Amino acid sequence: MSCAPRINQLSNNELFWLRFCFSIFILLIPLLVGCGSDSHAERERQGRVVLKYWDKWNGFEAEAMRGVVEDFNKSQDRIWVDFNSVSQIDRRLMLATAGGVPPDIAGVWGYSVPVYAENNALMPLDELAREKGIRAGDYIPAYWTLCNHVGHLWGLPSTPTTIALVYNKKLFREAGLDPDRPPQTIAELEEYNAKLTRRGADGRIERIGFLPEEPGWWNALWGYWWGADLVDGSKITARAPENTAAYEWLQTYPDRFGADKLVSFRDGFGNFASPQNPFFTGRVAMVLQGVWIFNFIKNYAPSDFEWGVAPFPSSGSGARDAVTLAECDMLVIPSGAKHPREAFEFIAYVNSQPVMERLCRGQLKFSPLAVCSDEFLDSHPHPHIREFLALAKSPNAKGYPRTAIWTSYEADMRNAVSRIWGGSATAGEALDDVQARQQKNLDRRIERWKRMEPALQKLWSKQ
Amino acid sequence: MTKEERRNIRTGLAFISPWIIGFFAFCVYPLVSSVYFSLCDYSVLSSAVFIGMHNYTDLAADEVFWTALGNTFFFCAAAIPLGLVVALALAILLNFDIRGRGIYRTIFFLPSLVPMVCLAVLWQWLLNGEVGLVNNLLNPLLGFMNNLFGTQWVAPNWLAEARWAKWGLIFTVIWGVGNAVVIFLAGLQDVPRHLYESAEIDGAGFWHKTLHITLPILSPVIYFNLVMGLIGSFQVFAVPYVLTGGGDGPQRSLLFLATYLYQNAFDFWNMGYACAIGVVLFVIILACTLLLRAFAEKHIYYAGK
Repeated sequence: MSCAPRINQLSNNELFWLRFCFSIFILLIPLLVGCGSDSHAERERQGRVVLKYWDKWNGFEAEAMRGVVEDFNKSQDRIWVDFNSVSQIDRRLMLATAGGVPPDIAGVWGYSVPVYAENNALMPLDELAREKGIRAGDYIPAYWTLCNHVGHLWGLPSTPTTIALVYNKKLFREAGLDPDRPPQTIAELEEYNAKLTRRGADGRIERIGFLPEEPGWWNALWGYWWGADLVDGSKITARAPENTAAYEWLQTYPDRFGADKLVSFRDGFGNFASPQNPFFTGRVAMVLQGVWIFNFIKNYAPSDFEWGVAPFPSSGSGARDAVTLAECDMLVIPSGAKHPREAFEFIAYVNSQPVMERLCRGQLKFSPLAVCSDEFLDSHPHPHIREFLALAKSPNAKGYPRTAIWTSYEADMRNAVSRIWGGSATAGEALDDVQARQQKNLDRRIERWKRMEPALQKLWSKQ
Repeated sequence: MTKEERRNIRTGLAFISPWIIGFFAFCVYPLVSSVYFSLCDYSVLSSAVFIGMHNYTDLAADEVFWTALGNTFFFCAAAIPLGLVVALALAILLNFDIRGRGIYRTIFFLPSLVPMVCLAVLWQWLLNGEVGLVNNLLNPLLGFMNNLFGTQWVAPNWLAEARWAKWGLIFTVIWGVGNAVVIFLAGLQDVPRHLYESAEIDGAGFWHKTLHITLPILSPVIYFNLVMGLIGSFQVFAVPYVLTGGGDGPQRSLLFLATYLYQNAFDFWNMGYACAIGVVLFVIILACTLLLRAFAEKHIYYAGK
């Protein structure tokens, strides 16, 4: 190793340059770190309580919320809200809260409230809401339910959604169907499906009337339209007869159309958020979609795209009319947040009628509040906002099952659907597996909850 | 120890202290704590409750874990040897003295510069059953074969069919084999020319030279690439995660140990369970590496020994 240079053999010149580069590097560090501050905002904040607010939105939805935040900051001189778009909010929030540096306000999905609450990640808002006079009656019942878990209030809605049958009117006319009379029952849906589906000479599917897998975002919930629930207290009801019936219906798809043919057909679909979305290109005539579909139609569908909205048909009628999934984005205060009172000030501001209407119009959604102004509905850019709102008020509107094991349960249900579609299991077999696995999972979760609940309830009642 | 030696050690330690501190803070501490948390009911936010071997007995009874383990072993068994053979073959070809060698070497190395996520997004489309380039190449070939043999072969929908999804992933991963090629190429430069020359005098052809000179001398490099491939393959996560759009593939065909670990830690709030999966993965990789080492002691040629 005689040829390797040793440090004391560096020439003076080399040493100079080494030292020079090193000093520049050291000098740069504070510059780089200091880059983030904005002197204008800093001035505004002087003397104010600064709240960190994380939300999952980006794009136009974030812009709508940013406008609300700016108005709030202008409306008073005590609190300053700093709005940040954060991706993968559920994971980031979990890690930030565990690390003791949570934001003061977070916008999460309604279905994560049970798991956050049971893990002591949120602050109960009962007392703060009472002080502000916020009551159950202020909200559409489906959304108020989502805000509560294990006897406490954990968040207040920001923007809500429901899902419905969205259909292509032009294709209806082409197939000789009345575009103003969408299917009312599953049997009718399948009649329409048969009329709308077109096959090529070689048997390939060219267009389908309805395909449960497109986009397949609620594959765990098909039972809702058969009157099923997925959890009943401490029992998993994946294999209950109503739920099984729904997945037997799903199984008829690979049986009727051919599993390979469906896979090939789906592989030809473009991205959801693109003009190649199969619903916009007319390859699928009816889809189950949420209130946000208008935004995508506006941006990606051909300009002459005609569409209608109706409650997704149920297997029966009467008691099962207007079944929908009602979910909402939720504003919560993570436990360990430093300024809960000020944070709630902002949440309550968002939940006042004019502000909520402004936010929801900006995000092209309806309002989760029980009362909304005529002006809001009349001037709303979404042409079908009333249909989606009516669904939210239906007695058959419900959210995801209110259980802390939901994400795992849903993953198993998705896999069950994948097996049914791939033909490797019948509906009954696939659901048997989900039932057994998730019952065990739920039992364990209940056991954990029983162990933790007394201490947590004591802590929460003190807050 | 003299005073100067002691001073040298102190200076040396001071210079490597950033690494030592990082190693303890970011490697040793997480390793030890995940072993501890694997014995706990732990969801990150609430404090860990010691439950003994419960997570491990649950793992043993969890069929999804066994699916993930099976998938991981299948992937390793297919991707590691295939990757090695392809990388070695490419390296030997790229070592031939032909015109434009540098350009070829660059071309084959380029894919490994593509970030894994981009690679996966790219292959999502390449492997698309209807509009993908791979099937656009395969279909005429299969059509020709079908005409010739009267068979009914059709190109698979790679990522949408449970039985093909893993092969789709293996192609994707092998595309990024350039790093191993570079290491093999470097190894090939170390093969003494005089060995080839004397073999040629004895009448050895290309195959004989490769088999009896190149491979034995290259064996430490093969071993190195094998161990790296083993570690990387057991931990496979990013590419299948992106290929499936954050899921686990049709009928969980692309669910690997690392995917299941991630799901449990960050989707299902079972950090203790996830830690147990991590420990199992660690033990498997450790065992395989030790086995390989024992094998290497006997079968690998080190010039120095």
